[in-house]
Amino acid sequence: MYSEKVMDHFSHPRNVGEIENADGVGEVGNPKCGDVMKMYLKIDGGNISDVKFKTFGCGAAVATSSIATEMIKGKSIEDALKLTNRAVVEALDGLPPVKLHCSVLAEQAVKAALSDYYRKQGVDPEPIVGKVEDECHACECGIE
Amino acid sequence: MSKIIYVDNAATTPVSKTVFEAMAPYFCELYGNPSNANIYDIGDTAKKAVDKARAQVAKAINCSPDEVYFTSCGSESDNWAIKGTARALFSKGKKHIITTAIEHHAVINTVEALKKDGFDITILPVDSEGFVTAQQVKDAIRPDTALVTVMMANNEIGTIEPIAEIGAVCREAGVWFHTDAVQAAGAIPIDVKAQNVDMLSMSAHKFNGPKGVGALYIKKGINPQNLIDGGAQERRHRAGTENVAGIVGLGEAIELATSGLDEKMKQEAALRNYVIEHALAIEKTQLNGPKDMSRRLPNNANIGFLGAESESILLFLDMRGICASSGSACASSDLDPSHVLLAIGVPHAVANCSLRISFGVQNTMDDAKTVCEALEEYVPEVRRRSAIWHVNG
Repeated sequence: MYSEKVMDHFSHPRNVGEIENADGVGEVGNPKCGDVMKMYLKIDGGNISDVKFKTFGCGAAVATSSIATEMIKGKSIEDALKLTNRAVVEALDGLPPVKLHCSVLAEQAVKAALSDYYRKQGVDPEPIVGKVEDECHACECGIE
Repeated sequence: MSKIIYVDNAATTPVSKTVFEAMAPYFCELYGNPSNANIYDIGDTAKKAVDKARAQVAKAINCSPDEVYFTSCGSESDNWAIKGTARALFSKGKKHIITTAIEHHAVINTVEALKKDGFDITILPVDSEGFVTAQQVKDAIRPDTALVTVMMANNEIGTIEPIAEIGAVCREAGVWFHTDAVQAAGAIPIDVKAQNVDMLSMSAHKFNGPKGVGALYIKKGINPQNLIDGGAQERRHRAGTENVAGIVGLGEAIELATSGLDEKMKQEAALRNYVIEHALAIEKTQLNGPKDMSRRLPNNANIGFLGAESESILLFLDMRGICASSGSACASSDLDPSHVLLAIGVPHAVANCSLRISFGVQNTMDDAKTVCEALEEYVPEVRRRSAIWHVNG
């Protein structure tokens, strides 16, 4: 089953909600697959001053998005872009193998929100953020 | 840990104390091998115990004791009926099997395995409540049909199939008819004669008996080939030293379940109805499976809470000591939504938000109330954080 850390973030998720007039909004996943993450960023002077999320999904999906918001809040965009799914898993003291795709979704959600931020600035995000998988190909569930 | 409220009785049930006490002597004291019945006492005692259990099963489903064969589980019973029939009739040119889209994996994966051996499989679609009709079966039967296998009641959504009518159609066509009654045995009345059943699978752990023991009823004159070859146990049809304690447990459990069946059904239906009524009072929820409660297993509620992913709800319920499930326990280690919910037309996104609550003899109305209170509290909490739930629906 889940680690205590996962259960803590699941039962008391940090930064749940939406940000009105957010500077960047990213949504990844697919309700068919059972996971949708939506991340909202407020960015001031190149720093992530606020972040909120909403997640439709399992305990791991909620926990990975919750801890991802904690890991990027107050950080520079550069640091946020360095967030990896591996770091998310480690911060949660591990995830069951079938749930590892949730950590990938959390990383992708942050990147999708940053891509949106750059697009709003009129900057092509791909050279900076890389390609964002906005559908959950990572889970290989075969559902289109 | 505070009190556990176990409402996942479709997955398995606690062994009844009476059943456990009946089984206990057959481990350390009466450990004889029934095959040695002619020589010494403990062998004879073991054989008599197995005979008694056989009679208990026969009485419960209205067949003769020599039509009852003990197996290791429901899956083995299903495999035996289906593969045994296939092997018995293949040489007679019968290479077609009919089943439904909502069978348990023990049936689905078995017929799929036979497909690789050259069998032609017809999978009948079901309606939006999981029903298949006798007419559908009749229309699907061909001259080369070897077997029709339709479950008596569905384990996820509680649909009770029209078994007697389907059996009549099969008998008229001279086609063997098997029913997976693993979820039905001990839950609703069974009469293999009145229901025109040729083979029927059951599993003890679904009706407060032990795990690891099942039974297959095979009507006289129906001769599927053996699945497990070896010694002469089960009248040369199922080799392997009998699981005496387990068989004793199955016999006691089916007798217990069926002797007080009316009362048990009434009690479980009251809890089921309470949960369905209160869960549906939560906004944007839907009942999966039959709405006509007389055609639904008395212990089964399956409800979709739109926008609230089921595992998240289950984790919250678990924190309150409530054990429920998001569908079939057999499928919970993979992430695919239930094939049963998809077959009745529930969209993926709703299937991922569906919970199964299944009651058993140990549950009380207080349990049902606690479950509903927890749902009323946690479903909105799960939705509050959900990316696909919007305040205005």
